[in-house]
Amino acid sequence: MALTKAAIAEHLFEELGLNKREAKEMVEMFFEEIRSALEQGYQVKLSGFGNFDLREKKQRPGRNPKTGEEIPISARRVVVFRPGQKLKLKVETYAGTE
Amino acid sequence: MTKSELIERLAERMRVQLPEKDVELAVKAILDCMAHSLANGERIEVRGFGSFSLHYRPPRVGRNPKTGEAVSLSGKYVPHFKAGKELRERVNAGMKG
Repeated sequence: MALTKAAIAEHLFEELGLNKREAKEMVEMFFEEIRSALEQGYQVKLSGFGNFDLREKKQRPGRNPKTGEEIPISARRVVVFRPGQKLKLKVETYAGTE
Repeated sequence: MTKSELIERLAERMRVQLPEKDVELAVKAILDCMAHSLANGERIEVRGFGSFSLHYRPPRVGRNPKTGEAVSLSGKYVPHFKAGKELRERVNAGMKG
């Protein structure tokens, strides 16, 4: 089972008493505002959780894995997530079976 | 954009009107919920945004940088994020625009 937007909205409904419509929009807009900031070229820093940074990648040679044909991978901007200290500590001790 | 700027924007832009204080509580609750899920080894999947999962780092022998002394470090899990299709495409289009 994975955590989804629906489950997060349900949590807001139960814990904070937002109504279902508010909770759903809150979760939708939360992710949309982060996407929108990144799209506009801004780093997003959520203290205690982590940072979403942008990295510029240069063009590099690639290959079509099916045909073996060489095709350049164009220069691009990508998102990298750097977890914060608090999140790292919380997760590090997980002793599960993943 | 910081967490407090995110809270301000959400308070301004949501169609559903909520006081900034409530938006702040909601943002904190969302992040806690996500952190809690990862701490329990549960993935997070948000379509169009991306997924968070855990990656295992095997045990290794590290060094105390001050003394040079060898210390054995146990295996651990680290959070990993993979951007979803919409996020990848919008961020990359943003570079050209």
